Amino acid sequence: MVSDPSTPAVPAIEVENLRFHYGTKQVLHDVSLSIPAKRITAFIGPSGCGKSTLLRCFNRINDRIPGARVTGGAIRVAGIDIARPDLDLQMLRRRVGMVFQKWNPFPKTIYDNIAYGLRIHGEKSRSTLDDTVEHCLKVVALWDDVKDRLKSSAFGLSGGQQQRLCIARTIAVKPDIILMDEPCSALDPLSTLKVEELLLDLKKDYTIVIVTHNLAQASRCSDETAFFYLGNLIEHGETMQMFTAPREKRTESYISGGFG
Amino acid sequence: MDNPEQLIRGGFRKGALGETFVKALLGGMTWAIIAIALMIFGRMFRAGAPALFKSEAPYVDVGFLTDKNETLHVFDDAEGNRHQMPASEYHRWTDAHGADAVFNEQTFAYSGGGIAGPIVGTALLTLLSVGLALFFGVAAAIYLSEYSKQGKFIGWVRLAILNLAGVPSIVFGLFGFAVFVLAAPVLTSVPADRSLLAIPLGFTWLSFEGWNSSLIAGAATLACMILPVIITASEESLKAVPQGFREASLALGATRWHTIRKCVLPFAMPGILTSSVLSLARAAGETAPIMFTAAVAAKDTLPWEGLAAGENPGLWERFTSSFGMLGSQVQALPYHIYTLAARIPTSEYTQRAQYGSVFVFLMMIFLFSAVSIVLRNRVRSKLKW
Repeated sequence: MVSDPSTPAVPAIEVENLRFHYGTKQVLHDVSLSIPAKRITAFIGPSGCGKSTLLRCFNRINDRIPGARVTGGAIRVAGIDIARPDLDLQMLRRRVGMVFQKWNPFPKTIYDNIAYGLRIHGEKSRSTLDDTVEHCLKVVALWDDVKDRLKSSAFGLSGGQQQRLCIARTIAVKPDIILMDEPCSALDPLSTLKVEELLLDLKKDYTIVIVTHNLAQASRCSDETAFFYLGNLIEHGETMQMFTAPREKRTESYISGGFG
Repeated sequence: MDNPEQLIRGGFRKGALGETFVKALLGGMTWAIIAIALMIFGRMFRAGAPALFKSEAPYVDVGFLTDKNETLHVFDDAEGNRHQMPASEYHRWTDAHGADAVFNEQTFAYSGGGIAGPIVGTALLTLLSVGLALFFGVAAAIYLSEYSKQGKFIGWVRLAILNLAGVPSIVFGLFGFAVFVLAAPVLTSVPADRSLLAIPLGFTWLSFEGWNSSLIAGAATLACMILPVIITASEESLKAVPQGFREASLALGATRWHTIRKCVLPFAMPGILTSSVLSLARAAGETAPIMFTAAVAAKDTLPWEGLAAGENPGLWERFTSSFGMLGSQVQALPYHIYTLAARIPTSEYTQRAQYGSVFVFLMMIFLFSAVSIVLRNRVRSKLKW
C-alpha cells in the first residue's frame, strides 16, 4: 500500500531525469521536478512540448499507446517507483485519478457513471453507492441539477456538466492525486469558471496537477507552475513569482505572448 | 458586380443535356435492378404462396410446415377420379380399397407431405453455427483489437482472415468433411477402427475418429465459413468504440478485461449483431458446406425423435438426451430445394413442393433477419447515448 502522500517530507510526485520516446522521437529530455502534496501545480507550454505526455506518465496510461515508452529516469509517487515490476497498476490508477481533455462520461446513467469506479473495486452495498454518488455530485455542485434524473443518460448533460461529472467520477474512488489534462479547453467561460472554483475547493483534500493552455487559468488557480518547451522543463516555481518575475528569458516571452 | 446578366442562363446549354442524360442513365439502371428483383420475388410469391396459404381459415396450410416429407402418389380409382396423396395416406387408402383399385399410378419423390424436416434442420444448423461463430469470432476480434501488439505479424493474420472470407463454400465443405466428419476428437469407450489416433484416458478413450455426418459437424463447418465476416465486422465495431471510454475506465483502476466487458463490448454489441444478421442469412442459404457434413435428402424422423431417454423421462433426462440431437443427420432447406430441382422431373404435381419450399425458405430468412434486427435495436436502445 502506498504511504500517506501528505507527509511533507515526501513529495506527492517526484520525477527524476525522465526521458520519454514515441517510437524514435524523443518527447521528454531529462525532466526532473517534484510536485508538492495538497497544492495545485499547473503545466504550461506550447502545443507539443511534452506536458500532457508527462502527465499521462504519472498514472501510466501511456502504457497502452503503441511505441510509447519511458527510456530513462524514474517517477516516484509518494516515494514508490511506479515502474517497478511488482507495482499494483490498478491501485496506482485508483490513487492517481485522471480527468481528460475531452469529457468522456460513459453512455450510461449519471448514477452508473459515478458508481462505476466503486463497482470495479467491489463495492456492492446499495446505500454506500447512493451515499457516494450524492456526496461526489455535491462536491462538484451538480447535485441540485441532476438529483431528479440520476437514472437518465449522462449524455443529456451540457458539456460543462459532463466534465464536472467526470471529475465527480474520478473523486468517487477516493484518489490522493488528480491529474487534469486541459479539463477546460473545450468549455465555455462560465463552465470554465465553475471548474476553476471547484479546483480551488478540491485543493483541501487532493493534490492536483493540471495541464492548461490558458495562462490566465494557470495564474488564477495554481500554486506552482512548470513551463515546458520542446520537451524540456524550462522553469518551475511559485505561480506568483513565475508570472511576475520569471527567471528565464523564454518563460517571460511565452507568458507575455512572445511565442507559442 | 459587372455584367450581372451573366447569372441568367440564356438559350440551350450543352452541359445541361449531359447532366440530364447521366441522371437518367444512373436512375434507369437502379430502377431496372429493382424491377428485376421484384419480378423474381413476385414469381416466387405467385408460385409459392398457394402452397403455404389457402383461401379459408386458418389461411395458412399448417400441414406444409409441420408434416414430414413423403413421396407423392398420383393415381386414378375405378371410377376414373384422379387422386393425389402422400405415401402414408396412400397406404391407408389401398388398405381400405385394395391395391387392385389403383390405376395409372405415378409417384413423385419428395413431393408429398410437408417440409417440417428441412425447416427444423435449417433452423438448428443456422442457430448453432451462428452461436459457435459468434463465440469464437468475438473472442478473436477482442484479442486482435484489444490485446495483440499491432505489428506486421498481426497485420498478416488479419489479411489471412480476410482472405478466408473469399474461399469458395465447397472448399469449406470439403474441409469440414476432412476435419469434423472424419478426424475430430470424441470421447468413446470403444474407438472405431478408422480412428486416426486413440488416447487412453483410463475411464474412456479420446479417439480422433470424427463426428460423422451430423448436425454438429455441419454447424461447425458453417461456423468456419462465416467466421471471417464475424471477426472482421466485430473488430470494426470494437474499434469504433471511442478510446475515451477505455482510458476513462482504465484511469479509474479497472483491469483491461473489466474495461472490455463493461465499457467496450456493450457498445460494440449492436455492430456485432448487425454482422451476425448477414452471416445468418448466408449460413442458412449455403448448400455446399452441409452436403458432405450434415444434410441428407430423405429422413423419416426429426432430429430429436428416437433419442433414448428411458421410459417416462424427467425434465433432466430429456435435457441431457437432447444433446444426442447434435449427432444426428438433418434435412436442410437449401439441400432440399437442390434435391427437388435437380433430382426429380418437374410436373404439375411437384410444383407445390418446389415453389413452396423456396417460398418458405425466403420467409424463414426474412424472419430470422427481422428477429435479429429487433434484437439489435433493443440492445441499442438500452445504451444511454
